[in-house]
Amino acid sequence: MTVFEEWWLPIKAMVENKEPLTIFQSFYKEIYMNVLQDDRWRMYLDGLWITLKVSFFAILVGTILGTILAVLRLPEVTELRYKGKNPLRRAGDVVLRFLCWFAKFYIDLMRGTPLLLQVLIIYYGVFGQVRVDKLIVGVIACGLNSSAYVAEIVRGGIMSVDRGQTEAGRSLGFSGPATMLWIILPQAAKSALPSLCNEFIALIKETSILSYIALTELTKAGDYIRSRTYSAFTPYIISGILYLLMTLILTKLIGRLERRLRNSER
Amino acid sequence: MNAEIILSVKDLEKHFNEGKLKALQGITTEIRRGEVVCVIGPSGSGKSTFLRCLNLLEEPTSGTILFEGTDITDPTVDINLHRRKIGMVFQHFYLFPHMTVLRNMTIAPIKLLGKDKATAEKEAMALLQRVNLADRADAYPSQLSGGQKQRIAIVRALCMSPDVMLFDEPTSALDPEMVGEVLDVMKELARSGMTMVCVTHEMGFAREVADRVLFIDEGKIVEEGTPEAIFSHAQEQRTRDFLNKVL
Repeated sequence: MTVFEEWWLPIKAMVENKEPLTIFQSFYKEIYMNVLQDDRWRMYLDGLWITLKVSFFAILVGTILGTILAVLRLPEVTELRYKGKNPLRRAGDVVLRFLCWFAKFYIDLMRGTPLLLQVLIIYYGVFGQVRVDKLIVGVIACGLNSSAYVAEIVRGGIMSVDRGQTEAGRSLGFSGPATMLWIILPQAAKSALPSLCNEFIALIKETSILSYIALTELTKAGDYIRSRTYSAFTPYIISGILYLLMTLILTKLIGRLERRLRNSER
Repeated sequence: MNAEIILSVKDLEKHFNEGKLKALQGITTEIRRGEVVCVIGPSGSGKSTFLRCLNLLEEPTSGTILFEGTDITDPTVDINLHRRKIGMVFQHFYLFPHMTVLRNMTIAPIKLLGKDKATAEKEAMALLQRVNLADRADAYPSQLSGGQKQRIAIVRALCMSPDVMLFDEPTSALDPEMVGEVLDVMKELARSGMTMVCVTHEMGFAREVADRVLFIDEGKIVEEGTPEAIFSHAQEQRTRDFLNKVL
């Protein structure tokens, strides 16, 4: 018998006899039932780990896809016209123009419909007939959704970079895409970082929606414990504190990155 | 002068706003290897547009530009390959603010010419030495003065060993006390035999360094000739009016 159980037994007896508890005893009862009993703390940690994994990969998907979408929405790209006669490049031009149109459509669609609906459509609709890890469904749904927001943030960042930077890059002989990659995007990232941080925090919190498809991430873990212990507050508050810890650490890390990037301005 | 023709411009026109603004209205000229050509003219006359057409930063509406024999206005020509050989210096420097001076200078040779880092940096350092900025190799552009930035911008372009250098009002954004240091670098460059096309308001520089001066007004070359011919014996009334205002 552990020391926690030893402390618990007298309180348990008092509860069964309907004796009034002191405030400390009530507190210990909540902690014991919702954290210590049956190693329930493991469920929070497992949930936390899943939330971390989903968030990390969704941020990765969202950032990469979002950046591509942002570039496809730039006037330099949407107004690009190949004027030569090479049939292969003419076909490429048509494909590119379709992609530009699709990027705009996609962003409108993803921003204009609820994430929950998107999760349900991807889980029951797209992967309805295939067995696929719910974690992957979560990464895909949250990543695709986030990419639409990231796209607009990155587009703003790109447009904040002086046009002269592009001209300087092109005049050295860099192609359009190479100028974007080496010269414009690093500068765009710097000015987009505060808004991106916002979006990443929102994404971490929004993964809680995945509890709807019974992915046992942090919110579902708290909910599950509530269903066992009938404590209305404690499990949710513990989950909430863990979310807060994640977002605070992320804010701190991005703040540090921002300072490092700013060093080049001094 | 009978050197090889590097740039041959024929009937160059550039219209903006679907023809409402005709910035260039038929420019024809030739630039030979080793020649220093200064382009002067009132603001809005099209001289910057002319310069920016030479490396296709502005796409000409019509006309041809032969660079070392290739018509670079042909859309099937890979302009990126030719731009490597055409250095450009801007009024507002446009150094890459997220890179050190050395990185600014070596990124293009490394990524485009496939030079290894050590070679590119050695060449960059030699150029920095030439403009007395070797000690600022690890600085970021924001830590430099305007004159220093422009000298770096010049050597950044030189790192690609271009055949011709285009200068777009390189001293117009500088504090007066920094104009000299940039002009000195340009003079040294001219003496070393670099082919240069300079849009400039520095008449003293044009008179001293140029082999030929183009006076552009309303999108046309009004008059061209040696600095002596333009500055002392201008034939056209418009040239004389302009020079009276600026000299």
